[in-house]
Formats: sequence, C-alpha cells, structure tokens
Amino acid sequence: MIDVLASRGYFLVGFLLMGIGTYMLIGSDNLVKKVIGMNVFQTGIFLFFVTSAFVSGASPPLLSASPPYVSPLPHVLILTAIVVGVSLTAVALALVVRIYEAYGTLDEDTIREVRLND
Amino acid sequence: MTDAIALLVAVPIVFALFPIAFGGRWEHMGWGTAALGALVHLGLSLTVAATVLSGGRFTYAVGGYTPPFGIELVGDGVSAVLVVLTSLVTVAVVAYARRAGPHSNTFYSELLVLTAGISGVFVTGDVFNLYVFIEITGLATYALVATGRGPAAALASLKYLLVGTVGASLYLLGVGYLYVATGTLNMADLASQLSSVGYGSPLVLTGFGLIVVGLAVKAALFPLHTWQPGAYAESPDSVTAYISALVSTAAAYALFRIIYAVFTPAFDAAVPFALDALVILASVSVVVGSVLAVLQSDLKRMLAYSSVAQFGLIVAGFAIANATAVTGGLVHLIGHAVMKAGLFVGVGALAGVAGGRTVDDFAGLAERAPLVSAAFAVLAFALVGVPPAIGFAGKWHIVLGAVEGGRWGVALVAVVSTLLTLAYFARVVERMYFRDAPAPAEESVAAAADGGDAELASDGGSDGDGDASGAASDAGAEPETISMTARIIVVGAAVAAVGVGLVATDLIAVFEPVLEVYF
Repeated sequence: MIDVLASRGYFLVGFLLMGIGTYMLIGSDNLVKKVIGMNVFQTGIFLFFVTSAFVSGASPPLLSASPPYVSPLPHVLILTAIVVGVSLTAVALALVVRIYEAYGTLDEDTIREVRLND
Repeated sequence: MTDAIALLVAVPIVFALFPIAFGGRWEHMGWGTAALGALVHLGLSLTVAATVLSGGRFTYAVGGYTPPFGIELVGDGVSAVLVVLTSLVTVAVVAYARRAGPHSNTFYSELLVLTAGISGVFVTGDVFNLYVFIEITGLATYALVATGRGPAAALASLKYLLVGTVGASLYLLGVGYLYVATGTLNMADLASQLSSVGYGSPLVLTGFGLIVVGLAVKAALFPLHTWQPGAYAESPDSVTAYISALVSTAAAYALFRIIYAVFTPAFDAAVPFALDALVILASVSVVVGSVLAVLQSDLKRMLAYSSVAQFGLIVAGFAIANATAVTGGLVHLIGHAVMKAGLFVGVGALAGVAGGRTVDDFAGLAERAPLVSAAFAVLAFALVGVPPAIGFAGKWHIVLGAVEGGRWGVALVAVVSTLLTLAYFARVVERMYFRDAPAPAEESVAAAADGGDAELASDGGSDGDGDASGAASDAGAEPETISMTARIIVVGAAVAAVGVGLVATDLIAVFEPVLEVYF
C-alpha cells in the first residue's frame, strides 16, 4: 500500500489539491476564497493530466531525441484548460467586485442577512 | 459545402468581436451585428441540415488533420436538428431583445459567443473539444446572467459559475481517466478502444461516473440543480428565454452523445448498474423538481424548477437505453426548448402588463392580453403533454420505452410528473382566465386590451425601455404593453409546439438513422 502510494506521489498531490480546493469552495464564507478554492481544485486536475503523460526513462518528444517519448498531448490540452481557467477566474473576480460594491462585504453570511433584511 | 459545419462555430465568434471593437464609435451597432450574425448562422445551419437530409451523416476534419489525431466535427440527424433550433432561438431572442433589452453592445457579443459555444457542443466529435465548448457556453452564460439588474444577479451568476466550473472540471477529470485508459479523445475511436480495454475497468467506470456527474450539474438535475433557479430568475427575460432553451439542452445532448457515441449500449449490457443509477437520479429529479415547482409563487422560479423536472425526464429517457425511450428523450429535448423559450418570453411580456410575475399577479390577465395569454396557455398545456402538441410525443415515447424496457418505475414517475405539471400550470391558467383582475388595474384594461396600442408601442423601437423583469414595479406605474415581437415569438412558439407535435413522426424519422447505429 505504502509502496503504491510512494511510487504515485504526483497523483497523490494532484488529488490532495482537488480535495483542498473543494473544501475551500464549500467551507469558506469568503467569496474570494471560494474563487481561490475553485482555482486550486482545477490546478489539481491540471497536474493529474500532466503527470499522466510522463513515462519514466523517456525523452522529450523531439525528433532529435531517441524514443520512447513522453506524450506531449496532455500538456497541450492543459494549456487550453489553463486559458479557460484564467477566463473563469477573471469573470468570477469581476462578479465579486460588483457584489462587494453593492453589499460592502465579501462574507457570504453577512450578504445573506443583508438580503433578508431588504 | 460541409465547411458550413465549422463556420457554425467560427462565424458567431468573429461577429462577437465587432460590437466590442467598434462599440465606442457606433453606440448602437450591437443589435444589428447580432441580427446579421444570427441570420448568417441560420443560413449555415440550414446548409448543414440540407447536407444531412440529402447525404446522411458526414464528418469534417478540422484543419485537415485526420481523426483520431485531429478534431472531428460530426453532422447527423440529431445535431442538424439541434443547430437549426439554436439558430431559430437566436434569431427570436435577438428580435425580442431589441425592445426588452438589455441594451448594451457587450450583451450582444456575449449572446453571439454563447451561440458559438452551443453550436460547438452540438457538432463536435471529440471529448476534449466538447469540454472547451461546454466552458465557452458556461463563460458566456455566467456573463449573460450577470447583465441582470442589481447585485442579486451578480450573486446568482457567481453561484452558477462556482457550481458550473466544478461540474465542467469533473467532466474534464473523467475525460482524463478515459484518455489514460485508451490514449484517444475522438468519440468514435474511444468507442472502439473502450470495448478492447474492457468496460469493467475501474478507470473506465470512474471516468463514466465523473463525466455523468459533471454533465448532470450543467443540465441541472436534482440535487445538482441549485444554481439554476437563481440564475433563471435573476437574469433579464431575453437571457432567461435563451439559456432555458439551449444551455441545459446542450449539456443533456452532450450526455446523450457520451452515453451512446462513446460508451455505446454494449457498456450498458456489461455494466448495467451505471445506467440504472442514472435512471434513479433522473427519476428523483423529475419528482422533486415538479414538487418544488408547485411550491413556487414566482413564475420564473416555477418555470425554472419545471426545467429540473423536464430534464430529469429527458435524461431518464436517455438512460433507459432502448431506441424508443432515447427517441422520446430527444423529441422532448427539442420540444422543451421551444416550449420553455416561449413560456419565458410569455412570462416576461405578461409580467409587464400584470405589474408583477407572481401567480397572483396574473389574475384576470386573459382579458387584458388575450392573445399572449392564449398562447401561454397553449404552451403550458403542451408542456403538460396534451396531444397533439410536441410535449405529448416526447413523453409518450419515453413512457412507451420505459414499459418496453421493463422500467415500470419510470413510467409511473412520468405519469405522476404529468399530473404535477398540470397542477402548477393549471393554477396559473385558472387565475388568468377565471379570476377577476385586481381592482386598481381597471383603467389599464382599456389601454392594454386594444391590440392597436401595442403596435404603436413597438414602433418606438429600442428607445422604449421594455425591460419587464422589474417584478415589483410600483402599483401606480402605467402598465406596459406587449411588444409586437414578443407577441409573434410567444404565438410562434405555441404554433411550433403544436405544429412540431403534428409532424413528430417526421422528426423521429430524421433521428432514426442516428439511433440505428447504436441499437
């Protein structure tokens, strides 16, 4: 069991990050921290993809290098996914700015109280 | 000719740039650009549909890279019908938004980006490409929901963004699992590779679970629907009509593609509990969504919860996994889009006359807005499933398929949901037709009942602020009239709901060749 985990340390870190991100997303009352949690969660998935492409003892996918090669495709996919993640963060933060201007707080519970009193 | 399928995605994105790039110079160019973009999109989708009708299924290798290495676009009966639906809804919503707003160039850009994303979901044949289109759809939708007035819209949008991103990320993780198992991302290639890897493999099973949960978030199945009522209720009417018609539809369609084009019915035969679990999730969604809809007093929220129930029914149809039920699911998917778009435009238009959008505000509306009220009632009964409307054709096939597959539970749930649908629509229609209007509205009867007034008002064009979403407008305010475009759209949707119901057999004939491959 320990051997399996030790030899798959990178996967472990990836899934740990997903767990931490999900916990922040659900557990934190602060809207900005929720957005950060979302980012950490996505980063875990990105690392999982990148790690899955690695072949031990393989060389970079260049014509001048000798086979076997590591797979370049997941890296390319994740570049796209990172761009998507950045855009999502931008939209999320723009919304947070609007919410902060209206309620003067980032705390979810306080916002809920303000809305109930309206 | 088949280049049209790639242009379906590219053209709206290019058009979306213009209102942002030149909006500073020409302030009102957004609407014109969007209208032109929507019409070009309609032309392209009709070309794709014509190609499919004459030659059957076709594929398109993007950039000339041969699949499975490059990205493949697929046009077949189902995707052709759905892209035509997308174009028609886009044209209708752009026309409606001219008066109903929101009036900003960025709104039209976002709408065009959303059109591109949804078209992409419908035509792609690559699972990672599907993720990108789902996220484009998501991003544009979050921005559109936030165009609603006030901070409540921003809050609803942020909630949608956080939940939706987790859903899409789970889908991406599932795709990662399948990629690790097979080394390919092309749907057709995945289907053959998965059977050689073995459907029982933990990687494949986990991948299926993650993908289904991710897409169920996007399609708003209970208990993953929490983002949806807020997002529908807080966004402007034109946005609600658009996203209720197409956004969840795109997710449900993606689920259909994943189950049948990637996992294939052989997966169901090898691992029956996977789709059994989905049937149960969907059935719970039907019942809970309907009950929550009955409990709502705000009509937009009621329609939103109704969508939770209807998508439960559609996904149940997909998960029963026989040709009849899947046909029913697809017919209901298209019918639901037409009916919900019409109903949301109807609520928006009628709320302007009624001065509010709760069930009680609608009392006696039939006298003040007879045409739109009648169309609204027709759409409501079409969604309940009264023949010959499209709602009946879809539900009928789902129930028939459930009985064929021996899923008596689903058949029972579909019947119970029909009763509950009747319960929440009947109380609205009853108030509209058989209750007297509240007293202070009397002067407005003369103003609004006359159709001629509305024509004058619609001539006012974009300078009249027709945003009907201001639900709690003060009692003293002059009630708004219904714009001519809103009338045409609601009546058109009602006619379409009945008309498509009458030609449902032709629609099913278009789907048949697609489903024949799977069953």
